[in-house]
Amino acid sequence: MSVHVSTLEERIRLQRTDGSPLATQEYFVNMGPQHPSTHGVLRLVLRLDGETVREVIPVLGYIHRGIEKMGERLGYRQFVHLSDRLDYLSALSNNWAISMAVEKAAKIELNDRIQVIRTIVAELQRIQSHQLWWGVFGMDLGAFTPFLYGFRDREIITDIFEETMGSRLTMNYIQPGGLMFDIHPNFVKRTKDFLTYFKPKLVEYETLLSENVIMQERLRGVGKVDAEAAVSLGCTGPVLRASGVAHDLRKLEPYGVYDKVQFDVAIGRTGDCWDRYWVRLEEMRQSMAIIEQLIDNIPEGKHMVMKPAAKIKLPEGSTYTHLETARGILGVYIVSDGSEEPYRIHLRTPNFNNLWMITEAAKNWRLGDLVAVLSSLDIVVPDIDR
Amino acid sequence: MNTWEVTTLAERSAEALSSSFWGAAGYLGLAMLGMAGFVAVLGMVLIYAERKVAGHFQCRLGPMRVGWHGTLQTVADTVKLLLKEDIVPYQADKMLHILAPLLMFIGTILVLLVLPFSPIVQVADVNIGVVYITAVSGFSVLGILLGGWSSNNKWSLIGAMRAGAQIISYEVSATLALLVVVLFSGSLQLSEIVRSQAEGWWIWRAHGVGIVAFLIFFIASTAEINRTPFDMPEGESELTAGFHTEYSGLRFAFFFLAEFINMFLVAALTSTLFLGGWMPFHIGGFENFNALMDLIPAGLWFTGKTAFLVFVLMWFRWSFPRLRVDQLMRLEWKILLPIGLVNLFVAAVVVLYGLYFFPVR
Repeated sequence: MSVHVSTLEERIRLQRTDGSPLATQEYFVNMGPQHPSTHGVLRLVLRLDGETVREVIPVLGYIHRGIEKMGERLGYRQFVHLSDRLDYLSALSNNWAISMAVEKAAKIELNDRIQVIRTIVAELQRIQSHQLWWGVFGMDLGAFTPFLYGFRDREIITDIFEETMGSRLTMNYIQPGGLMFDIHPNFVKRTKDFLTYFKPKLVEYETLLSENVIMQERLRGVGKVDAEAAVSLGCTGPVLRASGVAHDLRKLEPYGVYDKVQFDVAIGRTGDCWDRYWVRLEEMRQSMAIIEQLIDNIPEGKHMVMKPAAKIKLPEGSTYTHLETARGILGVYIVSDGSEEPYRIHLRTPNFNNLWMITEAAKNWRLGDLVAVLSSLDIVVPDIDR
Repeated sequence: MNTWEVTTLAERSAEALSSSFWGAAGYLGLAMLGMAGFVAVLGMVLIYAERKVAGHFQCRLGPMRVGWHGTLQTVADTVKLLLKEDIVPYQADKMLHILAPLLMFIGTILVLLVLPFSPIVQVADVNIGVVYITAVSGFSVLGILLGGWSSNNKWSLIGAMRAGAQIISYEVSATLALLVVVLFSGSLQLSEIVRSQAEGWWIWRAHGVGIVAFLIFFIASTAEINRTPFDMPEGESELTAGFHTEYSGLRFAFFFLAEFINMFLVAALTSTLFLGGWMPFHIGGFENFNALMDLIPAGLWFTGKTAFLVFVLMWFRWSFPRLRVDQLMRLEWKILLPIGLVNLFVAAVVVLYGLYFFPVR
């Protein structure tokens, strides 16, 4: 079987309307790989008619590092390090996804302490990721101030992480069989301090950006994608939920201790940029609620159920697990031949699928809307290319 | 009321022309030198102010390292810009590429020449000042259009086209608002317009149409100088840097400087037309209060009002997101323009039939 992969030259067909009094000619421009609002090295080839976007063709591969291939030469414990570099804003969720797959295949039972701490740090990470997204979103719409407000609040979580994990961005904290270190004695207090600090700040977020009339004009009704299209594009996470599909793995297939906490899944109605914006703001509130329920009663126990140096061998066969990162479903598929290294490891990353929504959502909107839509999808490019 | 006999540099130059050519040229040179120094210093001060204001809006300090509280940061940046390589892109229209920043800058300087900074500081007191300003401010759109066109870059071109549409559209509203003041003061000369506000500033003395005109003029002018929320032509997140993407070094500095001086110009013009320019704040009947206000020098009044409006412009920039290009056009043609027209009509009726509730002239 052969599959024809169309080249860029084949796909770009400029259309010209001749003869009419308002004759226009389409043209194409490269948006990226270096562009302020493609958030890294994403390249979009745009077919434009004046300001109107007729077609968006994402071109990938500018930051492909072959992480999956590298994984075939590394032990499972080592591969966790690489997973930090996928979606660097949800490094902990990525760690957890790999660890969960390994634990499922190797049948490692975890104690409650590990599960609770994992859930708390993953939710903190979700808030942190959404804070950064909120700031960048404001900046993409032309308001620079939210960017620094987002970073200001994110800094506190980063400090909490640094204290416990020794690292600020690529934490590499969650390991197969437990956690790299136990939590720092200050962790509980500082997390609680953060919650009391951040609740009023969320109101500030609303005042600064959400309630701004220009913001509402820019977002409402822009880049609509209905539930059917979102599902068929394979979108997950806040992007899918904004289109009105209540799909959240934390509810549907609870992992960690998500089945023991009360929280709501935020969903949108129309699937426009505003819904994608609002869903993430609401998720921050829900994440805070989850942390509040867990932070006061972290059970006692060990932070690692196996020897840290123990080599992990998975039985022959394949495993698939997935969990909900800040951007959607991260699936890990491991095929093992019984050795210490995976025979093949495949990652189903959320951003790769979410990106393709841009081809639907930005069509026939203006250039400024394209930026708004792209930003509302919350793309992290290293996660797309791997 | 204070009366000053003012002889501007332009008038001196004209007088000297009858006796000696070099005398006239000397006065003109003096005016140019003064303006150049003023523009350079003003640009640096404004850029420093912008960075400090932005810093404190964003919970940070702004420049702090070079000089006391970073005061020399802009000087250092200027030196950097002067020393940078000046690149003209391959296959760009070289002549236009070089000409564009100059055109933009000329437009700015020409407006600056007629501003009454105080009763005794004005380079040229043109008797059709208002018309002159609306005319020469068109230079800047020419500069932007040529800059975008000659750069041989599609992003620059998009930015330039946006700028063209935007500036030309908003000039209509700005002019309509301006005419309201002209109707009330009965003069096109800027110094006369300021003097006509001795009894009270037009923003509230013009029977309510003044404040509408003030708002329209301020919004439209913000759009004309491409400041957030109307910074579509640059639109950093959309067009990287819009029309000046391909500019570097000194030529970029020209665009940058013109932008900041334009911000000052808008604030200065608004305060001249609506807030009484260098006129002190007076309340009819309160003689002691008025005498106290007169103690503050006229130049300070002008500077204070202008600085406040500049701050408001910065406030806009650091709080608002950017409008979309079609929303921008809708705001002008469907909202500002009709309101401006009706406002002008009402103002004309008030002035024509003398429907004054209190003495205006």
